[in-house]
Amino acid sequence: MIELKKFRRQYNYAFIDEDTKKEIRRKLLKAICIPGYQVPYSSPEMPVSRGWGTGALHISLAIIGKGDTYKVIDQGDDASVNACNIRSFVEKTAECKTTFDTGKASVIQTRHRVPEEELTEDQIIVFQVPDPEPLRQVEPYTKITRQMHAEGDYAKMWVALYESYVQTGDISKGPVLVNDRYIMSPSPIQAWDIPNLNNSRCLNLFGAGREKRIYAVPPYTKVEPLEFEDVKFNINDFNGAACKRSGEKVAFLEEIFNEDGKTSYHMVNDTNYLDKIMDNNRPKQWNNKYLVKKRKELNN
Amino acid sequence: MGYVAVRGGVEAIANAAHLVEFYRLRDNTPPIEIKQLKAQFRLAIDKIMGEGGLYAPEYGAIALKQNEGDVFEAAFVMRAYRATLSRKFYSETIDTENMFVKRRISASFKDIPGGQILGATRDYSQRMLNIELAEENETVVREFLEKFNIDIDLKEIKKYGRITGILRHLGFLKPFAKEEDTSLVDVTRDAVKFPAPRSGRLQMLARAETGGIMAIGYSSIRGLGGVHPTIGELRVGLVKIYVKDRTGRKRYLGKVEVTEAETINNELEVGQNGKNVPYMSIGYGLCFGHNETKAISMGILDRAMRDPEGRGVAHDQEYVLYHTDGVESMGFVNHLKLPHYAGFSAGLSTMRKAVKRKEEEDQKLNPSLAEV
Repeated sequence: MIELKKFRRQYNYAFIDEDTKKEIRRKLLKAICIPGYQVPYSSPEMPVSRGWGTGALHISLAIIGKGDTYKVIDQGDDASVNACNIRSFVEKTAECKTTFDTGKASVIQTRHRVPEEELTEDQIIVFQVPDPEPLRQVEPYTKITRQMHAEGDYAKMWVALYESYVQTGDISKGPVLVNDRYIMSPSPIQAWDIPNLNNSRCLNLFGAGREKRIYAVPPYTKVEPLEFEDVKFNINDFNGAACKRSGEKVAFLEEIFNEDGKTSYHMVNDTNYLDKIMDNNRPKQWNNKYLVKKRKELNN
Repeated sequence: MGYVAVRGGVEAIANAAHLVEFYRLRDNTPPIEIKQLKAQFRLAIDKIMGEGGLYAPEYGAIALKQNEGDVFEAAFVMRAYRATLSRKFYSETIDTENMFVKRRISASFKDIPGGQILGATRDYSQRMLNIELAEENETVVREFLEKFNIDIDLKEIKKYGRITGILRHLGFLKPFAKEEDTSLVDVTRDAVKFPAPRSGRLQMLARAETGGIMAIGYSSIRGLGGVHPTIGELRVGLVKIYVKDRTGRKRYLGKVEVTEAETINNELEVGQNGKNVPYMSIGYGLCFGHNETKAISMGILDRAMRDPEGRGVAHDQEYVLYHTDGVESMGFVNHLKLPHYAGFSAGLSTMRKAVKRKEEEDQKLNPSLAEV
């Protein structure tokens, strides 16, 4: 048996072997050059389960260095169990700093949310993606979805969107059109977060480990939600509810049920944002037309 | 922090890890030694090495011990470990005709050149729970070994030609009619694209979870698919692995145990005069270790996937290959345990809106309902 103890590290730096990390970086460059296009990649196994953030982990580990500060949130929460596990793994293997503070992080890994605090040109956000294929709901086979993307054949997608409208009256679930070319799954981030991808100052990277796909939205890239001329996309509406702790109304609010199982209250979902508001240290929030409208409505 | 009720943290994770370790050790029994596992859990370790994609019996045994005998988790640990190692070489093609054969059977021919070698198998034993094992101790083991005491003259061991060679010689054997992509890919380095070349499909099957491919292979032979082969030859044994170093010299690395299955299928081809001409094709399976169920299932699915128009899921490359990788399917099924709070919360409010919309529409259509 190989005696692992003789090496300084039990595993390679940042876990993945150097050849594979290089491969992932090259695929990332390709993804950035073709915004919204899904690039197949090797997707080695991680010591974290498939479907629990391995794709984003590949990206984080391929781009991170010792000088980086890493933040990871799960459903807006730094202290959620899976986030804790991933953070300690990256901290241990990449020997980098970690933080809960959105503003101080250079690499932010996330599941299902974009932080409320606006990200800058110095930051990279890495999304955990369970299903990278927005066309999967209308076409189960990848050999056909790849062809549909290549030909820009999105007719079925529009029909599905229309059906969604007929059935629920709601079309605000994603997917998005990137750079006027590819329909892309923004990962299941909330409708509230989707407009923040448009023309963002930060680099957005998406990793789907189990499906072995990487894609990207570079800074200052057009990202539009799919919508009709007469039925528009909209961000989540909380019917005027306010956060129980902070009184905040303009943030993604999570509904939390009381012990009785009947009554409920709302809370700001992004824990770091909430902490900062409570500390009287309100950070700069994103600015998109939906938020502007929402603020205006609430002021009246 | 800690204002949301359902919320874990660093401490909870550490405690959970401690607790699961406690479950493994709490009865304070002597620790199972790795060499014991290697010797007595041979088949479990073979599965772990095959699905883990790493031939390392010692590490397979450690993985089995670490995960309290959960073969899925153990294979997962092996794959994760494998991801830390660079791929430096590809081995030279293995010729299984040169295999050191431990077991070799054919279901197609009774008498085969070289003879059938039953080898170690439980196939023809009665599967009765052996209560005596509860009393097994070192004396019992020693006595058994003294009585067994076989002498093998290694010079007597010979090489065995392939049984499919007979069919090839008879001119019945042909590649399956449909054209095939013969490019060589490496599924551990690149994501497979569909339709996948045969090399990629076989690699994915070789790392697939045994039960997964068995279920789909079984669906085909039971009648939901179009493939129901005969086993031409099944062999288990040791093969030598060589790599070429940078100077082009062949270097011997060591032996690995493999199971190989060649399954025979009856096919029909439309001849020039419009009449059907029968021929035979091969389905191929090869996996690490001694795992006959897996090699045979591979054989069924290899042939089935060469005919994507066939009836049933066994013919469907994406269905078979995307859903039988144990590490991937186990991971995603278990991800359902992760919190989905934000999305679920948003879903509730969408649902409320939709229900409200329905009620408003109903009222508009039939205002009298509102009064009832």
